[in-house]
Amino acid sequence: MSSSIPAAEILEYAEKGTSLWQDAWIRLRKNTLALFGLGVILTLCLIALMTPFIAPYGYEEQNLLLGAAPPSAEHWLGTDIFGRDMLTRIMYGSRVSLMVGFIATGVALAIGVLWGTIAGYAGGRVDAVMMRIVDILYALPFMIFIVLLMVVFGRNILLLFLAIGAVEWLTMARIVRGQVLSLRRQEFVEAAVSLGLSRWTIIRRHLIPNTLGPVIVYTTLTIPSVMLLEAFLSFLGLGIQPPQSSWGLLISYGVETMEEYPWLLLFPGLTLSITLFALNFLGDGLRDALDPKASRD
Amino acid sequence: MFRFIISRVLQAIPVLLVVVTITFFLVRVAPGGPFSAEKAVPPEVIKALEARYHLDEPIWQQYLGYLNDLVHGEFGPSFRYPGRTVNELIAGGLPITAELAFYAMLVAVIIGVCAGVFAALKPNTPQDYIPMSAAMLGICMPSFLMGPLLVLVFGIWFEWVPVSGWGDLPGDKILPAITLGSGYAAFLARLSRGGMLEVMSQDYIRTARAKGLPEWVVVLKHGLRGGLIPVVAFLGPAFAGLLSGSFVVETIFQIPGLGRFYVQAAFNRDYTMILGTTVFFATLIVLFNLLSDIVSVWINPKLRHQLREGK
Repeated sequence: MSSSIPAAEILEYAEKGTSLWQDAWIRLRKNTLALFGLGVILTLCLIALMTPFIAPYGYEEQNLLLGAAPPSAEHWLGTDIFGRDMLTRIMYGSRVSLMVGFIATGVALAIGVLWGTIAGYAGGRVDAVMMRIVDILYALPFMIFIVLLMVVFGRNILLLFLAIGAVEWLTMARIVRGQVLSLRRQEFVEAAVSLGLSRWTIIRRHLIPNTLGPVIVYTTLTIPSVMLLEAFLSFLGLGIQPPQSSWGLLISYGVETMEEYPWLLLFPGLTLSITLFALNFLGDGLRDALDPKASRD
Repeated sequence: MFRFIISRVLQAIPVLLVVVTITFFLVRVAPGGPFSAEKAVPPEVIKALEARYHLDEPIWQQYLGYLNDLVHGEFGPSFRYPGRTVNELIAGGLPITAELAFYAMLVAVIIGVCAGVFAALKPNTPQDYIPMSAAMLGICMPSFLMGPLLVLVFGIWFEWVPVSGWGDLPGDKILPAITLGSGYAAFLARLSRGGMLEVMSQDYIRTARAKGLPEWVVVLKHGLRGGLIPVVAFLGPAFAGLLSGSFVVETIFQIPGLGRFYVQAAFNRDYTMILGTTVFFATLIVLFNLLSDIVSVWINPKLRHQLREGK
């Protein structure tokens, strides 16, 4: 695998001087598993976006005469007890599952990066207080809090985004703070200060872009854990509510009838697992590519 | 060391206070009172109920009263099961959940550490790839999928083990323990592989080999001690995960433990039960984190040294 890049190409890059991103891309390209993960994720996103146009059946289309039928030429992944096409339901479910994954991670990303940067840049007492808050929140049993939130405020999809995002930003804040702390003392920041740039400009233009590497890696690894959390809540009946559908919900329906109609459990389960697999491989690959110093634990 | 323990204990107290406060007020601002389900209840009865549960007092008084109860180990009455207290429900469910968590941890540590150490001995060979791919599978396969699949294959198709229950039939504890433990086994495998890889390249391992010690002594006696430090640090947080994992596993296998109570209480809007169990879970989790912090400092000479240097 390692010899898959022609020497001439490496030389070409070497002459031009490679940026961090080109360098990372070269390393990522050598990682077959990560590329496979990237391919799977891109395909899934494309399918999720196009679902209303390419789904073989309508979302609510029932065929009660057919009932639960095993996979066939008409219904590739079989049908559920109402005769609804499983492939269509999984495709619509992917929209919700992926959306939760991306949006909740986005919330976590925004809070975590801001919090970490401010704490790291301000330093001193502000930093101590901000990180102590993170420490305290870290120790809270968040899984239980999410269940509690969903119970207390009803099972609202927006709240789900917020609740999950609010949990996942902590590690991001720690990572970013560590980065900023080490960047803060470097010459280019001193230069920016002596040029008279405002604090906010320095944070926005010089600090945040330089933390991107670890942030991207951690973001990729957060998405699968968020999706897992959503599926977990939906499985318990506390997450996505019908008529909306997500993979977790489909799995929980599948479990009810798995003895008679195992395909109703197998296919959504397989889809979720493959997605999580792909995201984890991509995240590991990105970590090796962008952050070679980080150890693989 | 002693000062470290004291300071960590002191840090745990505000955490617990935050948990209690957030939970208490969240539950109080929740829409729909605990008694709103019973429709045709006369106002006097509601009044009497509210007085019985102190709901007619101002909220700060209720809060202080609750804190006072907690200090005395009282988690309050259950709204749902009249005459029973949260303490009784916890006392009934805890032994079962603890037993389940213990078996799951056993499964996780034995399988996980063995697989991780085994993989680290020959990195980047099939001996490494195969267990690590299996570990990836374990991480990506959520318990609510793993459990039903195990039931389907071993309970229903092969009929080797019972599909549900706890302590009623021989072998009915096997599947829940594996379901709950497998994800942690996978994590521990990755952690112990990483730890071992780092340790096995250290000078003192080379010294041990140079002394002519047999390889298994080098691995088990000299390698394992350092290699398992990340594993110990993970056990505390893992415990928190085991608790929330028990929500799913106890629901799938119909085990009458704390996790199932909690999910039921969530559905029944049994607010005092939710409040009580949340506080109880939080205390346990904070305690275990504390324990795993202290143990990791204790077994890790480097950290101990840093501590003595005055950090």
